Amino acid sequence: MTASASLRQTPLHALHVAAGAKMVPFGGWEMPVYYSSIIEEHHAVRHHAGLFDISHMGEFIVAGPAAEATLNRLLTNDLRRLALGQAQYTLLCNERGGIIDDLIIYRLEPDRFLLIVNASNIAADLAWIQRHIPVENQSDQTAAVALQGPEAAKLLGIDLPHFHIGRFRLFGLECRVARTGYTGEDGFEILCSNADAARLWSELLARGAKPCGLGARDTLRLEMCYPLHGHDITETTTPLEAGLGRFVALDKGEFVGRDVLLAQKQKGVSRRLVAFKMVEKSPPPRQHYRLLANGRAIGEVTSGAPSPSLGIGIGMGYVESGMAAAGTTIEVDIRGKPFAAVIETKPLWKKTT
Amino acid sequence: MSVPANLRYTKTHEWVRVEGDTAVVGITDHAQKELTDIVYVEPPPVGDNVEAGKECAVVESVKAASDIYAPVSGEVIEANTSLGNKPELVNQDPYGQGWLFKVKMSDPLQVEELLRPDEYANLTGE
Repeated sequence: MTASASLRQTPLHALHVAAGAKMVPFGGWEMPVYYSSIIEEHHAVRHHAGLFDISHMGEFIVAGPAAEATLNRLLTNDLRRLALGQAQYTLLCNERGGIIDDLIIYRLEPDRFLLIVNASNIAADLAWIQRHIPVENQSDQTAAVALQGPEAAKLLGIDLPHFHIGRFRLFGLECRVARTGYTGEDGFEILCSNADAARLWSELLARGAKPCGLGARDTLRLEMCYPLHGHDITETTTPLEAGLGRFVALDKGEFVGRDVLLAQKQKGVSRRLVAFKMVEKSPPPRQHYRLLANGRAIGEVTSGAPSPSLGIGIGMGYVESGMAAAGTTIEVDIRGKPFAAVIETKPLWKKTT
Repeated sequence: MSVPANLRYTKTHEWVRVEGDTAVVGITDHAQKELTDIVYVEPPPVGDNVEAGKECAVVESVKAASDIYAPVSGEVIEANTSLGNKPELVNQDPYGQGWLFKVKMSDPLQVEELLRPDEYANLTGE
């Protein structure tokens, strides 16, 4: 895609451009990849507070007496365990157990759910879910920002437990606030109307949050080993292969993909999504680079980057199950040269270190 | 953005400073700003012959690996070893301490085919 005319813009687009952000295509949208420096923005989130425009993401409402039971047959986690006002990470799978999308679902009312889905999957998710139950797609009317970092709570000054959602009045604006995120730091995802987005953004910046682009969002989530759909998880990889088994409630009864996932659970998977760290200074690992063991191909990188927090190249990729144990030494084929890496437990970046 | 008058440029955003029959090569201020956060530089091995217009080095930012094209043909006689520990010099001082490598030119007339500062400035819209 080259024509920016075909890319959609969020309600904050003009503010990003005015701030000098570098804009890139992402999931059909023109989004800021950084304002001045990915590394600076990354550290702002790890040590202070950063603000991301996530208005490109999709928001669906599914409601009614059939909502819980129907969604529980479409999603892998057990929705019955989700209390009022709580958030749950879950997966939307096809019959083969492949991941159509990963998302966070919130119980707004006993029989009213909010689903926040990946921008690039809005159409696919909508088509899939609507085969079973009507969906109110609020994506076009909803703006969203993520305020992330150890200073986020102090900056926002609201009382909301982790992984919960509630309605708040912020700077005079009606918002829905969830204490969730994609960075590994404490933080909030704040939904508001398109018309209020610029005001919300500016107020949060005025209180000291640093504007951050998708570049830092990517390095932050990769250090935490949060998968990115379309890269680390796809319609041809399953939650068990991706190490997301704890979000799959095989015991909850029938749901789409359960037969395949149950069989995988019983027989074991042939490949696993692992996290790795380069042993020495090297060019950063990147998506599609081959992973080797003593020169033999065992898999491929699905996400890779220089880690600003660890100061070395990191990545995730699928390898043969026999090579997936933490501590296993592998190599990354970078432009024809093997560079040593070691498989690590997830997350790669641990808060206490 | 800065486009020094004493250098020549390529459409692929490399610069050349001529010192006798040697060409000092780097990437432009425009290029380093576009890339940002340079974290790794892989210069061509000293002794290798590079060919004008062909990729010969890699500069890596947080987001991506970018090929660097040789502005002129010749033998690589030196690489900037400081970049091994301080690749950010390319961001901080692209025309000075952030130089990438030096080529002993096999055909110094190739320099005449490179962009003049005003032509490069027009290209980048500055």
